[in-house]
Amino acid sequence: MTQLWNFPGGIHPPENKHQSTARPIRKAGIPERLILPLQQHIGAPAEPLVQPGDKVLKGQKLADVTSGMGVPVHASTSGTIVGIELLPVPHPSGMSDWCIVLEPDGDDAWCELSPIADYRKLHRDDVLNLIREAGISGMGGAGFPTNIKLRPPSDRKVSTLIINGAECEPYITADDMAMRERADQIHGGIKIMSWILRPERCVIAIEDNKPEAVEAMRKASEGTQAEVVVVPTKYPSGGEKQLIQILTGMEVPSGGIPADIGVMCQNVGTAMAVYRAINRGEPLISRITTVTGAGVDDPGNFEALIGTPTRHLLDQAGFHPERVNRLILGGPMMGYTLEDTSVPVIKTTNCLIAATENELPMPPPEQPCIRCGMCAEVCPMELLPQQLFWHARAQDFDRAEHLNLFDCIECGACSFVCPSSIPLVQYYRYAKGEIRTQRAEQIKADRARERFEARQARLEREQEEKERRREERARAAAEAQKKKEAEAEKAVAEGEATDERSARAAMVQQALERKKARPAAAATSEASTEKPDIESLEKQLNQAKGKLETMESMLDDARAAQADNVEKLERAVAKNLDRVKRAEDALTEARKQLETEDGQ
Amino acid sequence: MWTGILIAVAVLLALAVVFGALLGFAAERFRVEGNPLVDQIDALLPQTQCGQCGFPGCRPYAESIAHGDAINKCPPGGEATIKALADLLDVEPQPLDAEHGVEQARRVAVIREDECIGCTKCIQACPVDAILGAAKHMHTVIESECTGCDLCVEPCPVDCIDMVTIEPDIRSWSWQPPQPTIIATDRQGASA
Repeated sequence: MTQLWNFPGGIHPPENKHQSTARPIRKAGIPERLILPLQQHIGAPAEPLVQPGDKVLKGQKLADVTSGMGVPVHASTSGTIVGIELLPVPHPSGMSDWCIVLEPDGDDAWCELSPIADYRKLHRDDVLNLIREAGISGMGGAGFPTNIKLRPPSDRKVSTLIINGAECEPYITADDMAMRERADQIHGGIKIMSWILRPERCVIAIEDNKPEAVEAMRKASEGTQAEVVVVPTKYPSGGEKQLIQILTGMEVPSGGIPADIGVMCQNVGTAMAVYRAINRGEPLISRITTVTGAGVDDPGNFEALIGTPTRHLLDQAGFHPERVNRLILGGPMMGYTLEDTSVPVIKTTNCLIAATENELPMPPPEQPCIRCGMCAEVCPMELLPQQLFWHARAQDFDRAEHLNLFDCIECGACSFVCPSSIPLVQYYRYAKGEIRTQRAEQIKADRARERFEARQARLEREQEEKERRREERARAAAEAQKKKEAEAEKAVAEGEATDERSARAAMVQQALERKKARPAAAATSEASTEKPDIESLEKQLNQAKGKLETMESMLDDARAAQADNVEKLERAVAKNLDRVKRAEDALTEARKQLETEDGQ
Repeated sequence: MWTGILIAVAVLLALAVVFGALLGFAAERFRVEGNPLVDQIDALLPQTQCGQCGFPGCRPYAESIAHGDAINKCPPGGEATIKALADLLDVEPQPLDAEHGVEQARRVAVIREDECIGCTKCIQACPVDAILGAAKHMHTVIESECTGCDLCVEPCPVDCIDMVTIEPDIRSWSWQPPQPTIIATDRQGASA
């Protein structure tokens, strides 16, 4: 006999399980329309891979998660996609979410399946990937992707694998019936998970109010490592943390996960889905759901296709809407009221209670807390429900958080025993939601601040750069100015030189004129002195011509480049042209003079 | 007797010098850069950078509050921010100053993309760089980064920016507190 521990607190609500265990699991059949929400798991919503109008086969992948955590969604039967729209989904808010709507064709034709004959020959990561591809997320209620849960952090060795078949919440018998009728499949799944995790110990925990299930599981696991442990019936022994405490005596640290203490919990329904995914190649397209309550004639468990509207499922069990006061999705302790019977069964839907007024009366109005302390006595997490209630009501969320509000598993034991019928869990959920919203806002504000500061820094930097460029330009302009001045000086100097030449030419002219005026007798002696002058004049003319040419080519370049000194150059060229002309005139004049002188 | 008094005075003086030097050293060594109060105030402001308070951003307003400005000039933060600031600064919370605007639900800017002419004016106005686009090309708002500050609406020459209130969806939904209770007998009477 395995040693068992106890967890603090807990309650013994009326079980009400016998109503739905009288008949074997029935098939719920194919409804007229299947509604497949894109998000049935914790993580990112899946993105559709199909278009309205597409024909799909049973088991075909319809949507997948491309980035982030999540698992795909498959077609539960063959048929036509008629739409991808916002429809009410099972959620306490009663709000709508994106769903793929599938109209079955009635053939129920499977797509090609690829069962694995011997998964032991595969790599463990490949098997985990097959589990992901089959769309399996935790079927106990939270819907955490199973492939991620089965791959604990590398520094955490899972030494104990717990298969959770406690099913402690009243009314629900889905796991019980699955263990009774499909123990082999569950055991097959356990074998696969044990092979992936290689735990030292594998425990199947079942509450002692399910002797048939215990018997069936014992038989299935005979001669294997897995050990069936019967735990005392007490709510909430099926809570992950409570079950771990019962079986190992260890507590999961606050804010931690079971893998931190070397334990992992998996639901029996998940084990069955894993077996089907690997050994038969079937993705998760159906689940066992309990339909019970006095509002149905024929309560029992149904194997329902994922996406079956709850109304269809209720009708299978003989639904009497007029009798029903409240329709509850999940158990009476942790479930929520369903307003709309069109919402579909999803991967985490384990129970549907059509309760009459007598069965689950509306909670009486809240009365003042009388500080009786019963809530603290039954709290399985050893919190201070009363203090949490005060702080949550006063919106003093910091203090509530300080009192480990986030360790609350929302089991509802405190509300159940409260003599003032205070909806304590609703206060805690509200406080948790507010704290999460505030945190998200804080993160957003921090990001906005970062972005604002980055922008300010960028603007400043740009301003500085602009300033620097402006300064650089100013410096460059000053330098260019200086250079130009220097050039201008040089040009002026050169210009003076040419002026000198023209002055000389003028002087020559003057001299020639003077010569003309002189008596002819004196001319012969002077002519010899005039001759070298013509030579120098010619030289000057050539120089001037050369300069003009270079100037003209410079002007052309400047024109082509559209530089701003075109005008100046034009002026300079005109001036030079003038000079050349003058020099030419002077030369011809001098030559004529000379000839006349020679002639004389 | 005099020597006793002198010794006492000398010892006290020596102690004063030693501790004075120690304190002076500590003041220099562990000097706090900037004003930590401004950071604390800035952390409480909603960081929409909307300028409704009359300051160019949240930090300038935080600095102003640290120098004694009123704490009720932030409409996006609303009562919650005023309360948090009052707690931090140990002053009486005041009602929101209506001169700077009224508290309203969180909003985001949405550009009607067909009408956008690509003028980049809104990009320049956005304090958190949440608008994406280039000259003569369509712009769009990065919704997750938008603080809903309104500053891009005014500069748009074709008025193609709408401020849209964020409707709670299934992912942002959270539980509401239980309804305030009425007297038990009243309720029983009402349902009877």
